[in-house]
Amino acid sequence: MNFPIISALILLPTIGSIFLLFSQNKNENTVTVKYVALFTSIVNFILSIYLWYLFDRTTSDFQFVEDRIWLEGFVNYKVGIDGISILFIILTTFITPLCILSVNNSIKTRLRDFLIAILIMESFMIGVFCSLDLIIFYLFFEAGLIPMFLIIGIWGGSRRVYSAFKFFLYTLLGSVLMLVAIISIYWITGTTDVIQLYELGIDAKYQNLLWLAFFSSFAVKTPMWPVHTWLPDAHVEAPTAGSVLLAAILLKMAGYGFIRFSLGLFPIASDIYTPLIYTLSVIAIIFTSLIALMQEDMKKLIAYSSVAHMGFVTLGIFTIQQQGIEGSIIQMISHGLVSAALFFCVGVIYDRMHSRLISSYGGIVAVIPKYSVLFMLFTLASIGLPGTSGFIGEFLILMGAFKDSFLVAVIASLGVILGAAYMLWLYKRVVFGKLVNKDLEKMIDLNHSEYFILSCLAIPILFFGFYPEPLIDTIEVSVKNLIDTYNLSLMNK
Amino acid sequence: MENLQLILPEIFIALSIMFLLIFGVFKKNSSEIIQNISLLVLLVTAVIVFNETLDVKKITLFNGGVIIDYLSSLMKIITLLAAFIVLVISKSYLKIFKIFKIEYPILILSSVLGMMIMISSNDLMVFYMGLELQSLALYVLATFNRDQLKSSEAGLKYFVLSALSSGLLLYGCSLIYGFSGSTNFDVIANELNSNEYVLTFGIVFILVGLSFKISAVPFHMWAPDVYEGSPTSVTLFFTMVPKIAALTVFIRFLYVPFLNLIDQWQMILIFLSIASMLFGAIAAIGQKNIKRLAAYSSIGHIGYVLAGLATGTNEGIQSSVMYISIYIIMNLGLFSCLLMMKRNNEYYEDIDDLSGLSKNHPLLSLSLLIILFSLAGIPPMAGFFAKLYIFKTVIEQSMYFLAIVGLLSTVIAAFYYLRIIKIIYFDKEKEKFDTDHGSWLKFSLTFSTILILLYFIFPTQLVQVVSRINII
Repeated sequence: MNFPIISALILLPTIGSIFLLFSQNKNENTVTVKYVALFTSIVNFILSIYLWYLFDRTTSDFQFVEDRIWLEGFVNYKVGIDGISILFIILTTFITPLCILSVNNSIKTRLRDFLIAILIMESFMIGVFCSLDLIIFYLFFEAGLIPMFLIIGIWGGSRRVYSAFKFFLYTLLGSVLMLVAIISIYWITGTTDVIQLYELGIDAKYQNLLWLAFFSSFAVKTPMWPVHTWLPDAHVEAPTAGSVLLAAILLKMAGYGFIRFSLGLFPIASDIYTPLIYTLSVIAIIFTSLIALMQEDMKKLIAYSSVAHMGFVTLGIFTIQQQGIEGSIIQMISHGLVSAALFFCVGVIYDRMHSRLISSYGGIVAVIPKYSVLFMLFTLASIGLPGTSGFIGEFLILMGAFKDSFLVAVIASLGVILGAAYMLWLYKRVVFGKLVNKDLEKMIDLNHSEYFILSCLAIPILFFGFYPEPLIDTIEVSVKNLIDTYNLSLMNK
Repeated sequence: MENLQLILPEIFIALSIMFLLIFGVFKKNSSEIIQNISLLVLLVTAVIVFNETLDVKKITLFNGGVIIDYLSSLMKIITLLAAFIVLVISKSYLKIFKIFKIEYPILILSSVLGMMIMISSNDLMVFYMGLELQSLALYVLATFNRDQLKSSEAGLKYFVLSALSSGLLLYGCSLIYGFSGSTNFDVIANELNSNEYVLTFGIVFILVGLSFKISAVPFHMWAPDVYEGSPTSVTLFFTMVPKIAALTVFIRFLYVPFLNLIDQWQMILIFLSIASMLFGAIAAIGQKNIKRLAAYSSIGHIGYVLAGLATGTNEGIQSSVMYISIYIIMNLGLFSCLLMMKRNNEYYEDIDDLSGLSKNHPLLSLSLLIILFSLAGIPPMAGFFAKLYIFKTVIEQSMYFLAIVGLLSTVIAAFYYLRIIKIIYFDKEKEKFDTDHGSWLKFSLTFSTILILLYFIFPTQLVQVVSRINII
């Protein structure tokens, strides 16, 4: 067990991107470039599955821990995984190859640079999910801004510059306060090592401010109401693969951060601020669902639905119930798959018709039936229909919420209805009805790679919808341990 | 006089300057040779400093007027190497403007000599002597392209304002002499009676003079104009080398004689720091000329250096020295790119001229991308670690306000760095730039980019180098 498997996961995409950087680009030999990137990301996926296979589900300790001296006397390079992080790593390595597969249709210029950006992004995202040191976490968390900024800015739509800046500056502004908090933690406790911090605990009198500083960063990234406004812009302007990465993985960094750091390091403050999170989450669920109803742009609609779904996630995390937190994690995984699939779906028709407006579609079910079936499946998964993974997540979250606060749970349940309303209405307007436009008749149904991508996403959505056991089995012990330590430190207050 | 070998570097450089001056007068068309000899002199001096004085613990010479310790040796080496790089990459630039003359390397050498005296000074008089020597050389360097109106204007402006600040500085020196009876730092430290409020006036006057030299807000007004007007290679010199010397004097002046008066000067330093960080970030947003932008950016970065100094601890000094070293490397990279922006031997300085650079020059724009993100302090580039160490020491002293303002101003500063990246990567391409750059220019760009990018792999080396600085 001396092979540093986690570092390999982080480094592999970067190595792949270095290969791409030095590849000859003279003949516009895009196929080779794409295969190199695809190969790298698939190897990484297999490696992460192998990691899941090796993973010991019976313990809540961190596994595969690597600890190296890095900044001497200050920060150690420390990475490792537990039941919570491994699922996010697999989600990352699963989504990335699909993004690379999808570039055929959507990326017309500078393919090589795009693939380099995606692979570097993958490295940083995996790094976020397995870092066990606050500074290392911050490093990966921030560094991810660079490739995403470029992805939105270079390959995005017409308002790409505005969106890229908004994305970058919003997130950076949130994060710098977290850096202050991290350095403060170092001076309070003498370490930034997460495992040691779990054991030492942080003095209750510091927890409030530190929690708020971390919250400022995670709230922007989640995104929670009212700092969610960067997300619709970024989603709309980003190319399909960029939107997918953003929705499927980048948003999950914050949810993961809430579980790992806010709950784990500051239990007393988390307890105090739970009403705040509840309020913001409920507002996010109801308010953004209503906004989503009124959207005319498909990508914007899905972006707002993401905000609503992430509202469920934050709600579930702060119920501090076994079901609530497990539900949140499953909801994040499920949302990662479903939102990715929905953005791919929008991408498919956008590539053909070059319009994201709902009003320019209608009645395409007769023209492209295969597509319509899969789109239906993802729409239903987004609503949370039983039998899809979305249902398991939402159901567990609401169950946790009912245990904690009846009122909040009832209001949040209303959000489920609204969610069904805007998604079904979207589906109805786009797919059913009369053909609004002669050009729509010329649309071609899914090609092989699109069909493959969407099926790849459909399979786990259905599989985990019927049989969520592998997911729950992986996270159960870690979540239980988290809640136990949480309650213990509240009692010792 | 047995310790004369400790100031061998200064003696060697002074003799070389005299020799080169005579040599240049008697031999016609010798600029090429003089350039090469000067480079050699700088390197040899760096080697002498490295061999003779780097391991010296702390020795004072000439009745305590000159001090040789680790800080001075380290800063001298940084100064010499930076001057070496500037000199070596400015050759092609000067040749295009037909100002590749013998005076240029000699002036650089004399300003370096002045800086080395400043760095080693342990006495107000010695310090002033060094300061004036370097300033006089710098005035001439600023006007070096004298056929251009802007260059002359820059030199004149720099001269007038600098003279004013020197006056203030001297007045402060005289006040301090009047109330402590000595100009020697160690003696002042012993004679100090903190009840003398006039002493505080003296400190303030000297701080104003020094702030002027490192262009900290509100004494920065000269910097944008001078940076813009001077020849680009001289601007590069301005943004890097004099700051090292002034920073060293700053450290020694505050921490040797006046450490006990920290309550008096700490607030001033915090103010200077916050003002520089914020002003540098905000004022740079509207700039169109890259050299002006670099001026504001350097004002902002000096703010972070001062934040480290404001802590009043050894760690603070160490992080400041670390910051300035990393800043020098980033700046070197930025200006190397600037010196590559020419079409048909005509230089372009506007940010808009970079438009769409990434399509024609992918490697150059990748380097710029890395350098700019590093300047903005985004991990994993070197600039992030520089800021990390500064804020680590600042927060250690519970100066949360300073830390938060500093970090918020990095967000504002990120905006204008991003704007350049936007122009390079997102905008429409323009005509290609020339690619016939000298190998030294290419080397300095590659070297600085790789250092910035891969710094995170071996981050402790630089920390170990600066951790031997021990002033208090």
